[in-house]
Amino acid sequence: MTYIGIIITFVFITNFIFTRFLGLCPFIGVSKKVDSAVGMGFAVIFVSSIAALVTWVIFNLILVPLNITYLQTITFILVIAALVQLVEMMIQKISPELYRALGIYLPLITTNCAVLGIALIAVQEEYGVIESFVAGFSAGAGFLMAILLMSALRERLDREDIPKAFRGAPIAFISAGLMALGFMAFDMTLLKNLIG
Amino acid sequence: MKIKEFTKGLFRENPTFVIMLGLCPTLAVSNQVVNAIGMSAAVLFVLLGSNIIISLLKNFIPDKVRIPSYIIVIASFVTIVDLVMQAFIPPLSESLGVFVPLIVVNCIILGRAEGFANRHPVSSSILDALGMGLGFAMGLTLIALFREILGAGMITLFPLPFDFIDEKGQIFIPALRDAPAGVFIAPAGALLVIGLLKAFFNQIELKQEWIREKIRRLGKKKPFSPKEKKGAEA
Repeated sequence: MTYIGIIITFVFITNFIFTRFLGLCPFIGVSKKVDSAVGMGFAVIFVSSIAALVTWVIFNLILVPLNITYLQTITFILVIAALVQLVEMMIQKISPELYRALGIYLPLITTNCAVLGIALIAVQEEYGVIESFVAGFSAGAGFLMAILLMSALRERLDREDIPKAFRGAPIAFISAGLMALGFMAFDMTLLKNLIG
Repeated sequence: MKIKEFTKGLFRENPTFVIMLGLCPTLAVSNQVVNAIGMSAAVLFVLLGSNIIISLLKNFIPDKVRIPSYIIVIASFVTIVDLVMQAFIPPLSESLGVFVPLIVVNCIILGRAEGFANRHPVSSSILDALGMGLGFAMGLTLIALFREILGAGMITLFPLPFDFIDEKGQIFIPALRDAPAGVFIAPAGALLVIGLLKAFFNQIELKQEWIREKIRRLGKKKPFSPKEKKGAEA
C-alpha cells in the first residue's frame, strides 16, 4: 500500500513540476512539440528511477558507514552526471532520430533539478531501497505527464492569436499556472480517502 | 568597458527575466521575501566562488572533463553554503529545504562557468558573477514581493529595529491582510506571477523597439527631400 501511496504522491499530489518546481528548464524548453516532450519525459523517468536507486545504495552503503554524509551533494551530482552520459550514449545508439530531436536538452538532464531533487528527497524522507526506486520512477512519470499535457497545449497555442508580449514563455507559464491550479485539487486528504 | 560586465547581468541579460535560467529556485522559494533574499545570497556566494576558481583554473582544466570539473567546484561551494546555513541560520535552512543543495544544478552558475569564466580573467569574472548574482536577486525578490503582498498581505523580512516591522520581522499591509488572495502563495501563483511579469517586460521591450523604429524613420525623413515637401504641401 505504501508504494501506491508514493506513486500517487509523486505523480499527483506533489507533482514535480506543478507543486515542487523541479525540472522547469526542460519543462519550458522542450515542450514545444509533443514528440520531443515524450522523449524527454521518458529520458527523465529512466534517469530518475536509476538515479534514485543508485544514490540510495551509495548513500546507505558508502556514505553512512564512512560517516561522510556531508559529501552527499557532490557524490550525487557526479553519479547523476555519469548516468546521464550513459543514457545519452544509449539513445544515440538506439534511436538517432530521437537523439537529434532532444538536441541540447539531453546533457541538460544532468542539471535537471528533478533528478538530483528525487535523490535528495528520498534520502531526506528515509525511504528504503524499493521505495526510493518507486519514488524516482513516479517522479519521472509525473514529469512526463506534466510535459505531455503542456506540449499538447502549446501545439494548440501556436495557432492562436496571442498578444505579442505574451508569445512564447509568458503564455506557457500562465497556462502552466492554470494547470497547477487544477492540480491543487489533489491533496493529502484525497490520498487518505483513497487508501485510508 | 569593464563596468559593462557588471551591469549586463542586472538588466540586459537578467538571468530571471531575459535568459530565463535558474527558474526552479526562483519559483519555489519566492513565497516569502526572506526566503528569496536568503536564496539570492546563497546563489551570489556560490556564483562568485565558482567564477573565481574556474577563472583561475581555466588553463589547467582539460577541455574534455571541464563540465564535471566545474560541477565539482560548484558542488563544493554549495556544500559550504549548506553547512554554514544549517549551523548559523537554521530557520532559513529549514524553509529553503532541499533547494539549498539544489543550487548545484542551478543553470545560471554552470552557465556562467561555461559561458564566461572559462575564457575571461579573474577581475571580469568577479564583476560578471556580482552582476548576474544581483540580477538574479532582483528578479527573485520582485517575484517574492508580488506573491507575498498579494497572497498573504505582508512582507517577511529579518527582525530590524524599525517601528513598522514587528519582532518577527513582518510588515503587514492593512487592506490585503484581511482578505489575501491565497492563490499567489500557492505554487500556481508563482507560475502566474512570473508569466505576467515576463509579459510586462516583453511589452516594455516592444514599446522601446517601436519608439526606436519611429525615431529611425523620422531621422530618415528629416534631411528633407524636395519630393516629400511637395507632397506635404499638396
